[in-house]
Amino acid sequence: MADFIRDNVNKDGIDRRGFLQCMAWAGTGVLYTLHGGILKSLPLAQYAASGKHTEKLKGADFSFIQISDSHIGFNKEANPDVSATLQIAVDRINSAAARPDFLLHTGDISQLSKPSEFDTAEQVLKGAKTGNIFYVPGEHDVLTDDGQQYLDRFGRGTKGKGWYSFDHKGAHFIGLVNVVDLKAGGLGSLGSSQLEWLQDDVKSLKSSTPVIVFAHIPLWAVYPEWGWGTDDSEQALGYLKRFGSVSVLNGHIHQIMQKVEGNVTFHTALSTAFPQPAPGTAQSPGPMKVPADQLRGVLGISHVNFVQGNHSLAIVDAPLAQP
Amino acid sequence: MKRIVWIFDLATFVMTALILAGGIKPISAVSAGDKPAAGATVKIDNFSFGPADLTVTPGTTITWTNQDDVPHVVASDNKLFKSKPLDTDDHFSFTFTKPGTYIYYCSIHPRMTARVVVK
Repeated sequence: MADFIRDNVNKDGIDRRGFLQCMAWAGTGVLYTLHGGILKSLPLAQYAASGKHTEKLKGADFSFIQISDSHIGFNKEANPDVSATLQIAVDRINSAAARPDFLLHTGDISQLSKPSEFDTAEQVLKGAKTGNIFYVPGEHDVLTDDGQQYLDRFGRGTKGKGWYSFDHKGAHFIGLVNVVDLKAGGLGSLGSSQLEWLQDDVKSLKSSTPVIVFAHIPLWAVYPEWGWGTDDSEQALGYLKRFGSVSVLNGHIHQIMQKVEGNVTFHTALSTAFPQPAPGTAQSPGPMKVPADQLRGVLGISHVNFVQGNHSLAIVDAPLAQP
Repeated sequence: MKRIVWIFDLATFVMTALILAGGIKPISAVSAGDKPAAGATVKIDNFSFGPADLTVTPGTTITWTNQDDVPHVVASDNKLFKSKPLDTDDHFSFTFTKPGTYIYYCSIHPRMTARVVVK
Protein backbone atom coordinates (compact mmCIF):
# COMPACT_ATOMS: atom_id res chain seq x y z
CA MET A 1 0.00 0.00 0.00
CA ALA A 2 1.38 3.38 -0.99
CA ASP A 3 2.24 5.82 1.72
CA PHE A 4 1.00 8.95 0.01
CA ILE A 5 -2.23 10.67 0.85
CA ARG A 6 -5.16 9.93 -1.48
CA ASP A 7 -8.04 11.66 0.17
CA ASN A 8 -7.27 14.44 2.54
CA VAL A 9 -10.75 15.82 3.06
CA ASN A 10 -9.93 17.42 6.36
CA LYS A 11 -6.68 18.90 5.09
CA ASP A 12 -5.04 17.34 8.07
CA GLY A 13 -2.46 15.29 6.27
CA ILE A 14 -4.20 12.05 7.17
CA ASP A 15 -6.42 10.27 4.69
CA ARG A 16 -8.87 7.52 5.44
CA ARG A 17 -6.70 4.93 3.77
CA GLY A 18 -3.68 6.06 5.75
CA PHE A 19 -5.67 6.01 8.89
CA LEU A 20 -6.88 2.48 8.36
CA GLN A 21 -3.41 1.41 7.38
CA CYS A 22 -2.09 2.84 10.58
CA MET A 23 -4.74 1.01 12.52
CA ALA A 24 -3.77 -2.19 10.86
CA TRP A 25 -0.22 -1.54 11.84
CA ALA A 26 -0.82 -1.29 15.50
CA GLY A 27 -4.36 -1.17 16.66
CA THR A 28 -3.54 1.24 19.43
CA GLY A 29 -2.87 4.91 19.81
CA VAL A 30 -5.07 7.82 19.06
CA LEU A 31 -4.63 10.70 16.69
CA TYR A 32 -6.57 13.87 17.17
CA THR A 33 -6.58 16.26 14.29
CA LEU A 34 -7.88 19.68 15.01
CA HIS A 35 -8.82 22.62 12.84
CA GLY A 36 -9.37 25.95 14.42
CA GLY A 37 -10.06 24.23 17.69
CA ILE A 38 -12.79 22.01 16.30
CA LEU A 39 -12.34 18.30 16.12
CA LYS A 40 -12.71 17.47 12.44
CA SER A 41 -11.68 13.89 12.43
CA LEU A 42 -10.66 11.30 14.92
CA PRO A 43 -8.39 8.87 13.20
CA LEU A 44 -6.38 6.38 15.07
CA ALA A 45 -2.77 5.74 14.34
CA GLN A 46 0.31 4.12 15.62
CA TYR A 47 3.28 6.36 15.45
CA ALA A 48 5.82 4.02 13.94
CA ALA A 49 9.50 4.32 14.59
CA SER A 50 10.08 3.89 10.86
CA GLY A 51 8.78 7.39 10.37
CA LYS A 52 6.39 6.28 7.62
CA HIS A 53 3.48 7.65 9.54
CA THR A 54 4.99 11.00 10.35
CA GLU A 55 5.44 11.52 6.65
CA LYS A 56 1.69 11.69 6.39
CA LEU A 57 1.87 14.66 8.69
CA LYS A 58 4.41 16.47 6.57
CA GLY A 59 3.36 19.94 5.74
CA ALA A 60 3.25 20.74 9.41
CA ASP A 61 5.13 23.94 10.18
CA PHE A 62 6.72 22.33 13.14
CA SER A 63 6.25 19.53 15.57
CA PHE A 64 6.98 19.01 19.21
CA ILE A 65 6.66 16.20 21.69
CA GLN A 66 4.70 16.13 24.90
CA ILE A 67 6.20 13.82 27.47
CA SER A 68 4.75 13.42 30.94
CA ASP A 69 4.78 11.75 34.32
CA SER A 70 8.18 10.08 34.27
CA HIS A 71 8.04 9.51 38.04
CA ILE A 72 11.74 8.71 38.26
CA GLY A 73 12.23 7.00 41.62
CA PHE A 74 8.98 5.03 41.49
CA ASN A 75 9.86 1.35 41.91
CA LYS A 76 6.65 -0.42 42.81
CA GLU A 77 4.99 -3.35 41.08
CA ALA A 78 3.25 -1.21 38.44
CA ASN A 79 6.70 -0.51 36.92
CA PRO A 80 9.89 -1.47 38.74
CA ASP A 81 12.08 0.34 36.18
CA VAL A 82 10.73 3.74 35.24
CA SER A 83 14.16 4.94 34.05
CA ALA A 84 14.14 2.21 31.42
CA THR A 85 10.72 3.20 30.09
CA LEU A 86 11.74 6.87 30.01
CA GLN A 87 14.79 5.80 28.02
CA ILE A 88 12.54 3.97 25.56
CA ALA A 89 10.48 7.12 25.17
CA VAL A 90 13.65 9.04 24.35
CA ASP A 91 14.67 6.32 21.89
CA ARG A 92 11.28 6.64 20.17
CA ILE A 93 11.74 10.38 19.88
CA ASN A 94 15.20 9.92 18.41
CA SER A 95 14.14 7.29 15.89
CA ALA A 96 11.35 9.44 14.46
CA ALA A 97 11.74 10.73 10.93
CA ALA A 98 11.10 14.32 11.87
CA ARG A 99 13.11 15.91 14.62
CA PRO A 100 10.80 17.72 17.03
CA ASP A 101 11.56 21.38 17.63
CA PHE A 102 11.35 20.82 21.39
CA LEU A 103 9.88 18.71 24.16
CA LEU A 104 7.26 19.76 26.66
CA HIS A 105 7.44 17.82 29.90
CA THR A 106 4.15 18.22 31.73
CA GLY A 107 5.35 17.31 35.19
CA ASP A 108 5.95 14.58 37.72
CA ILE A 109 9.50 14.27 36.48
CA SER A 110 10.36 12.65 39.82
CA GLN A 111 8.53 10.51 42.33
CA LEU A 112 9.74 12.18 45.54
CA SER A 113 11.57 15.35 44.47
CA LYS A 114 14.89 13.71 45.36
CA PRO A 115 18.05 15.19 43.81
CA SER A 116 19.09 11.73 42.59
CA GLU A 117 15.74 11.31 40.82
CA PHE A 118 16.04 14.67 39.10
CA ASP A 119 19.61 13.77 38.14
CA THR A 120 18.51 10.55 36.48
CA ALA A 121 15.65 12.24 34.65
CA GLU A 122 17.92 14.99 33.35
CA GLN A 123 20.51 12.45 32.30
CA VAL A 124 18.01 10.38 30.29
CA LEU A 125 16.20 13.35 28.76
CA LYS A 126 19.51 14.91 27.75
CA GLY A 127 19.76 12.11 25.20
CA ALA A 128 16.69 13.34 23.31
CA LYS A 129 17.56 14.82 19.93
CA THR A 130 15.61 18.01 20.14
CA GLY A 131 16.13 21.71 20.51
CA ASN A 132 15.03 22.34 24.03
CA ILE A 133 13.02 20.86 26.87
CA PHE A 134 10.35 22.97 28.55
CA TYR A 135 8.99 21.87 31.90
CA VAL A 136 6.14 22.53 34.26
CA PRO A 137 6.15 20.87 37.70
CA GLY A 138 3.89 18.11 38.91
CA GLU A 139 3.02 17.77 42.59
CA HIS A 140 5.74 15.12 42.92
CA ASP A 141 8.38 17.66 41.87
CA VAL A 142 7.66 20.21 44.58
CA LEU A 143 7.44 17.96 47.65
CA THR A 144 10.37 19.61 49.40
CA ASP A 145 11.81 23.12 49.76
CA ASP A 146 8.61 24.67 48.50
CA GLY A 147 9.64 23.66 45.01
CA GLN A 148 12.92 25.57 45.06
CA GLN A 149 14.89 22.61 43.78
CA TYR A 150 12.56 22.28 40.81
CA LEU A 151 12.98 25.98 40.04
CA ASP A 152 16.76 25.78 40.25
CA ARG A 153 16.94 22.81 37.91
CA PHE A 154 14.04 23.19 35.50
CA GLY A 155 12.48 26.57 36.05
CA ARG A 156 15.29 29.07 35.67
CA GLY A 157 14.03 32.38 34.39
CA THR A 158 10.38 31.55 35.08
CA LYS A 159 7.91 33.61 37.09
CA GLY A 160 6.52 32.81 40.53
CA LYS A 161 6.48 29.07 41.18
CA GLY A 162 7.59 28.28 37.63
CA TRP A 163 5.11 29.70 35.13
CA TYR A 164 6.22 31.32 31.87
CA SER A 165 5.40 31.74 28.21
CA PHE A 166 7.30 31.72 24.95
CA ASP A 167 6.64 32.15 21.26
CA HIS A 168 7.53 29.64 18.63
CA LYS A 169 6.96 30.08 14.90
CA GLY A 170 3.85 32.15 15.37
CA ALA A 171 2.31 30.13 18.22
CA HIS A 172 2.20 31.28 21.83
CA PHE A 173 3.04 28.66 24.47
CA ILE A 174 2.07 29.12 28.11
CA GLY A 175 3.39 26.86 30.89
CA LEU A 176 1.23 27.02 34.03
CA VAL A 177 1.75 25.67 37.55
CA ASN A 178 -1.29 24.22 39.32
CA VAL A 179 0.36 21.96 41.90
CA VAL A 180 1.41 24.33 44.69
CA ASP A 181 -0.43 25.87 47.64
CA LEU A 182 -3.27 23.39 47.33
CA LYS A 183 -6.11 23.88 49.80
CA ALA A 184 -7.77 21.18 51.92
CA GLY A 185 -10.70 19.70 50.03
CA GLY A 186 -9.73 21.44 46.80
CA LEU A 187 -8.31 20.51 43.40
CA GLY A 188 -5.34 21.81 41.47
CA SER A 189 -4.89 25.54 41.84
CA LEU A 190 -3.34 28.34 39.78
CA GLY A 191 -3.71 31.11 42.35
CA SER A 192 -4.34 34.81 41.95
CA SER A 193 -0.82 35.99 41.13
CA GLN A 194 -0.45 33.49 38.31
CA LEU A 195 -3.90 34.37 36.95
CA GLU A 196 -2.98 38.05 36.96
CA TRP A 197 0.22 37.26 35.13
CA LEU A 198 -1.69 35.19 32.55
CA GLN A 199 -4.20 37.95 31.88
CA ASP A 200 -1.33 40.35 31.30
CA ASP A 201 0.69 37.85 29.26
CA VAL A 202 -1.95 37.40 26.56
CA LYS A 203 -3.19 40.99 26.54
CA SER A 204 -1.17 42.17 23.56
CA LEU A 205 -1.59 39.02 21.46
CA LYS A 206 -3.74 39.03 18.34
CA SER A 207 -6.84 36.85 18.67
CA SER A 208 -5.65 34.89 15.66
CA THR A 209 -2.53 33.74 17.53
CA PRO A 210 -2.69 30.00 18.20
CA VAL A 211 -2.30 29.48 21.94
CA ILE A 212 -1.00 26.29 23.51
CA VAL A 213 -1.31 25.98 27.27
CA PHE A 214 0.45 23.23 29.17
CA ALA A 215 0.17 22.34 32.85
CA HIS A 216 0.38 19.20 34.96
CA ILE A 217 -3.11 18.71 36.41
CA PRO A 218 -5.92 18.87 33.83
CA LEU A 219 -7.38 22.34 33.39
CA TRP A 220 -10.83 20.84 32.98
CA ALA A 221 -12.92 18.77 35.36
CA VAL A 222 -11.91 15.28 34.26
CA TYR A 223 -12.96 13.69 37.55
CA PRO A 224 -12.99 15.97 40.58
CA GLU A 225 -13.74 13.02 42.87
CA TRP A 226 -10.14 11.96 42.28
CA GLY A 227 -8.81 15.48 42.28
CA TRP A 228 -8.52 15.51 38.49
CA GLY A 229 -9.28 19.12 37.81
CA THR A 230 -8.20 22.64 38.67
CA ASP A 231 -10.31 24.91 40.87
CA ASP A 232 -9.64 28.19 39.09
CA SER A 233 -9.08 26.90 35.55
CA GLU A 234 -12.25 28.56 34.25
CA GLN A 235 -10.87 31.96 35.13
CA ALA A 236 -7.69 31.16 33.22
CA LEU A 237 -9.63 29.92 30.20
CA GLY A 238 -11.77 33.04 30.38
CA TYR A 239 -8.68 35.09 29.49
CA LEU A 240 -8.23 32.90 26.41
CA LYS A 241 -11.82 33.01 25.13
CA ARG A 242 -11.13 35.54 22.39
CA PHE A 243 -8.50 33.35 20.74
CA GLY A 244 -9.50 31.34 17.71
CA SER A 245 -7.44 28.30 18.62
CA VAL A 246 -6.50 27.21 22.13
CA SER A 247 -4.98 23.82 22.90
CA VAL A 248 -4.55 22.65 26.48
CA LEU A 249 -2.06 19.87 27.14
CA ASN A 250 -1.99 18.16 30.52
CA GLY A 251 -0.59 15.09 32.25
CA HIS A 252 -1.26 13.81 35.78
CA ILE A 253 -3.91 11.19 34.97
CA HIS A 254 -1.62 8.83 33.00
CA GLN A 255 -4.14 8.19 30.26
CA ILE A 256 -5.37 9.80 27.06
CA MET A 257 -8.44 11.97 27.34
CA GLN A 258 -9.65 14.71 25.11
CA LYS A 259 -12.45 17.17 25.04
CA VAL A 260 -13.42 20.06 22.79
CA GLU A 261 -15.23 23.07 24.16
CA GLY A 262 -15.76 25.92 21.72
CA ASN A 263 -12.33 26.92 20.46
CA VAL A 264 -10.53 25.07 23.22
CA THR A 265 -9.21 21.57 22.81
CA PHE A 266 -8.12 19.68 25.89
CA HIS A 267 -5.80 16.73 25.77
CA THR A 268 -4.05 14.61 28.38
CA ALA A 269 -0.98 12.50 27.68
CA LEU A 270 0.12 9.04 28.66
CA SER A 271 2.78 8.59 31.34
CA THR A 272 6.16 7.05 30.65
CA ALA A 273 6.05 5.33 34.06
CA PHE A 274 2.76 3.59 34.86
CA PRO A 275 -0.91 3.73 33.88
CA GLN A 276 -3.74 4.90 36.11
CA PRO A 277 -7.31 3.63 36.05
CA ALA A 278 -10.10 5.30 34.09
CA PRO A 279 -12.15 7.65 36.27
CA GLY A 280 -14.24 5.81 38.81
CA THR A 281 -13.21 2.34 37.68
CA ALA A 282 -11.10 1.62 40.75
CA GLN A 283 -11.16 2.41 44.45
CA SER A 284 -8.53 5.08 43.98
CA PRO A 285 -6.42 6.66 41.24
CA GLY A 286 -3.31 4.75 42.39
CA PRO A 287 -0.90 3.10 39.92
CA MET A 288 -2.60 0.43 37.85
CA LYS A 289 -0.86 -2.91 37.57
CA VAL A 290 -0.91 -4.53 34.15
CA PRO A 291 0.91 -7.65 32.99
CA ALA A 292 4.57 -6.81 32.29
CA ASP A 293 4.27 -7.61 28.59
CA GLN A 294 1.44 -5.11 28.25
CA LEU A 295 3.03 -2.23 30.13
CA ARG A 296 4.64 -0.54 27.15
CA GLY A 297 1.31 -0.52 25.36
CA VAL A 298 -0.16 1.76 28.01
CA LEU A 299 2.80 4.11 28.35
CA GLY A 300 3.73 6.64 25.74
CA ILE A 301 4.36 10.11 24.45
CA SER A 302 2.43 12.57 22.30
CA HIS A 303 3.66 13.88 18.99
CA VAL A 304 2.11 17.24 18.22
CA ASN A 305 2.18 18.56 14.66
CA PHE A 306 1.37 22.15 14.12
CA VAL A 307 0.15 23.62 10.85
CA GLN A 308 0.09 27.37 10.54
CA GLY A 309 -2.64 29.01 8.53
CA ASN A 310 -5.42 26.55 9.13
CA HIS A 311 -4.55 26.31 12.82
CA SER A 312 -4.32 22.60 12.60
CA LEU A 313 -2.85 20.79 15.55
CA ALA A 314 -2.53 17.06 15.17
CA ILE A 315 -1.75 15.07 18.25
CA VAL A 316 -0.56 11.51 17.87
CA ASP A 317 -0.50 9.59 21.12
CA ALA A 318 2.09 6.92 20.64
CA PRO A 319 2.53 3.99 22.99
CA LEU A 320 6.08 2.92 23.78
CA ALA A 321 5.34 -0.57 22.48
CA GLN A 322 6.57 -1.18 18.95
CA PRO A 323 4.01 -2.47 16.50
CA MET B 1 17.92 -10.64 48.83
CA LYS B 2 14.49 -12.17 48.52
CA ARG B 3 14.81 -13.51 52.04
CA ILE B 4 15.76 -10.13 53.46
CA VAL B 5 12.74 -8.58 51.79
CA TRP B 6 10.57 -11.33 53.20
CA ILE B 7 11.89 -10.80 56.72
CA PHE B 8 11.32 -7.09 56.36
CA ASP B 9 7.77 -7.73 55.21
CA LEU B 10 7.22 -10.01 58.15
CA ALA B 11 8.57 -7.39 60.51
CA THR B 12 6.28 -4.80 58.98
CA PHE B 13 3.38 -7.17 59.29
CA VAL B 14 4.07 -7.96 62.91
CA MET B 15 4.56 -4.31 63.71
CA THR B 16 1.36 -3.35 61.94
CA ALA B 17 -0.48 -6.09 63.78
CA LEU B 18 0.88 -4.83 67.10
CA ILE B 19 -0.01 -1.27 66.21
CA LEU B 20 -3.50 -2.30 65.22
CA ALA B 21 -3.84 -4.16 68.50
CA GLY B 22 -2.80 -0.94 70.24
CA GLY B 23 0.03 -2.80 71.91
CA ILE B 24 3.14 -0.76 71.16
CA LYS B 25 4.12 2.66 70.07
CA PRO B 26 5.23 2.44 66.47
CA ILE B 27 8.69 3.49 65.42
CA SER B 28 8.25 6.65 63.47
CA ALA B 29 10.27 7.86 60.55
CA VAL B 30 9.17 11.34 61.47
CA SER B 31 8.20 12.12 65.00
CA ALA B 32 6.88 15.15 66.80
CA GLY B 33 6.09 15.59 70.46
CA ASP B 34 7.22 13.85 73.62
CA LYS B 35 6.68 10.28 74.74
CA PRO B 36 3.00 9.61 74.31
CA ALA B 37 0.64 8.76 77.10
CA ALA B 38 -1.62 7.06 74.60
CA GLY B 39 -1.40 6.09 70.93
CA ALA B 40 -3.74 5.89 68.00
CA THR B 41 -3.15 5.08 64.38
CA VAL B 42 -4.48 6.28 61.06
CA LYS B 43 -3.99 4.26 57.93
CA ILE B 44 -3.51 5.98 54.58
CA ASP B 45 -4.86 3.66 51.96
CA ASN B 46 -6.51 4.12 48.56
CA PHE B 47 -6.11 7.88 48.77
CA SER B 48 -8.01 8.14 52.04
CA PHE B 49 -7.36 8.45 55.76
CA GLY B 50 -8.86 5.74 57.95
CA PRO B 51 -10.50 6.43 60.25
CA ALA B 52 -11.38 9.75 58.69
CA ASP B 53 -12.88 10.89 61.94
CA LEU B 54 -10.97 10.07 65.10
CA THR B 55 -11.64 11.19 68.66
CA VAL B 56 -8.81 10.98 71.19
CA THR B 57 -7.96 12.31 74.65
CA PRO B 58 -5.43 15.14 75.15
CA GLY B 59 -1.86 13.87 75.06
CA THR B 60 -2.57 11.20 72.48
CA THR B 61 0.02 10.61 69.81
CA ILE B 62 -1.45 9.72 66.45
CA THR B 63 0.67 7.87 63.95
CA TRP B 64 -0.16 7.88 60.26
CA THR B 65 1.17 5.09 58.05
CA ASN B 66 1.10 5.32 54.27
CA GLN B 67 0.06 2.04 52.71
CA ASP B 68 -0.39 3.42 49.19
CA ASP B 69 1.99 3.03 46.26
CA VAL B 70 2.15 6.81 45.98
CA PRO B 71 3.50 9.36 48.44
CA HIS B 72 1.22 11.40 50.65
CA VAL B 73 1.77 14.35 52.96
CA VAL B 74 -0.18 14.73 56.21
CA ALA B 75 -0.80 18.41 56.85
CA SER B 76 -3.15 20.28 59.17
CA ASP B 77 -5.16 23.01 57.49
CA ASN B 78 -3.96 25.56 60.08
CA LYS B 79 -0.27 24.64 59.61
CA LEU B 80 0.00 23.09 63.11
CA PHE B 81 1.73 20.04 61.67
CA LYS B 82 2.99 18.82 58.34
CA SER B 83 4.79 15.57 57.60
CA LYS B 84 7.60 15.05 55.17
CA PRO B 85 6.52 13.26 51.99
CA LEU B 86 5.57 9.79 53.20
CA ASP B 87 6.53 7.06 50.78
CA THR B 88 5.04 3.58 51.06
CA ASP B 89 5.20 2.31 54.68
CA ASP B 90 6.58 5.60 56.04
CA HIS B 91 5.14 6.93 59.30
CA PHE B 92 4.41 10.31 60.77
CA SER B 93 3.44 10.99 64.37
CA PHE B 94 2.03 14.00 66.12
CA THR B 95 0.93 14.45 69.73
CA PHE B 96 -2.28 16.36 70.29
CA THR B 97 -2.09 18.18 73.62
CA LYS B 98 -4.94 20.68 73.44
CA PRO B 99 -8.65 19.90 73.08
CA GLY B 100 -10.18 20.95 69.80
CA THR B 101 -11.09 19.85 66.28
CA TYR B 102 -8.19 19.46 63.89
CA ILE B 103 -8.83 19.27 60.15
CA TYR B 104 -6.01 17.81 58.11
CA TYR B 105 -5.45 16.78 54.51
CA CYS B 106 -2.88 15.50 52.05
CA SER B 107 -1.18 18.61 50.72
CA ILE B 108 -0.50 16.98 47.33
CA HIS B 109 -3.89 15.24 47.02
CA PRO B 110 -6.02 17.86 48.75
CA ARG B 111 -9.27 15.99 48.16
CA MET B 112 -8.06 13.68 50.92
CA THR B 113 -9.35 15.28 54.11
CA ALA B 114 -10.02 13.97 57.60
CA ARG B 115 -10.23 15.21 61.19
CA VAL B 116 -9.09 14.53 64.70
CA VAL B 117 -11.20 15.60 67.66
CA VAL B 118 -9.34 15.97 70.94
CA LYS B 119 -11.50 16.06 74.08
